[in-house]
Amino acid sequence: MTQVTRVVVTDLKRTQIVMYAGASGDYNPLHTDEPYATEIAGNPTVMAHGMLTMGLAGRVLTDWFGHENILRYRARFKAPVWPGDTLTVTANVTSMAEGRAEIALVAVNAAGTAVLTGTATALVTGETE
Amino acid sequence: MALNRDFLGRAYASSVPYEVSRVKIKEFAAAIGDTNPIYRDREAAVAAGHPDVVAPPTFPIIFSLSGAGEALSDPEFGLNFAMVVHGEQRFSYQRPIYAGDQLICTSTISEIRSVGRNEFLTVKSDITTVGGEQVCTTYNVIVERGGAA
Repeated sequence: MTQVTRVVVTDLKRTQIVMYAGASGDYNPLHTDEPYATEIAGNPTVMAHGMLTMGLAGRVLTDWFGHENILRYRARFKAPVWPGDTLTVTANVTSMAEGRAEIALVAVNAAGTAVLTGTATALVTGETE
Repeated sequence: MALNRDFLGRAYASSVPYEVSRVKIKEFAAAIGDTNPIYRDREAAVAAGHPDVVAPPTFPIIFSLSGAGEALSDPEFGLNFAMVVHGEQRFSYQRPIYAGDQLICTSTISEIRSVGRNEFLTVKSDITTVGGEQVCTTYNVIVERGGAA
């Protein structure tokens, strides 16, 4: 198996963004306060934390390779994620050497826009198939 | 306003250790919708070969900026939080984080560069146990839009 595609969230709820604010301690009002997000920041609505998307996408890596085998995980935040978004992550093994897989991943919204691109390195054990 | 380059290379250690709890890990796993039992159930984690409940890979975000928080909000530094977006995040893991770990985070303002009208700020954080064991290294890249204009 060299590629995995999975929907990591369907119809993202505002409640989940609030849960992430509480769990992470990131209370920037851009993420939770509709009047601030729209009237002061000028956004269409509240924006999900980039780290929420990185967390959602990370599950694809840990389910595939095993948590303890993830050596490195990097993400770039390319476009905002909004309530109602459905995100699909595709992860590919781009190279394999000395028992380590190099992985590229991308998270796209329903319109096909990449909201996150990332890379990771994972130890590959005999159980990773 | 451009960021104050005098802050480059300054390091800030968390004043008290961050104590990783099972409850916080469970809360974090729920927030990212991850039902893996090693994040929720001690027996499942032990059965999988871990000493205790494991923290998800992005869990260190909770405390990785804590040491530098004071510096970033120092008026002398010149960071306008209303214009800040998270550009990039990196984690390198030396070992998983477990419930019960007592972690010290030392954050260094490692890079400040202007790209067009924006300022790119990189904060590197070294996370160790109170015993000095290396656990994780994180890089937060923060973009201040219009900061270099």
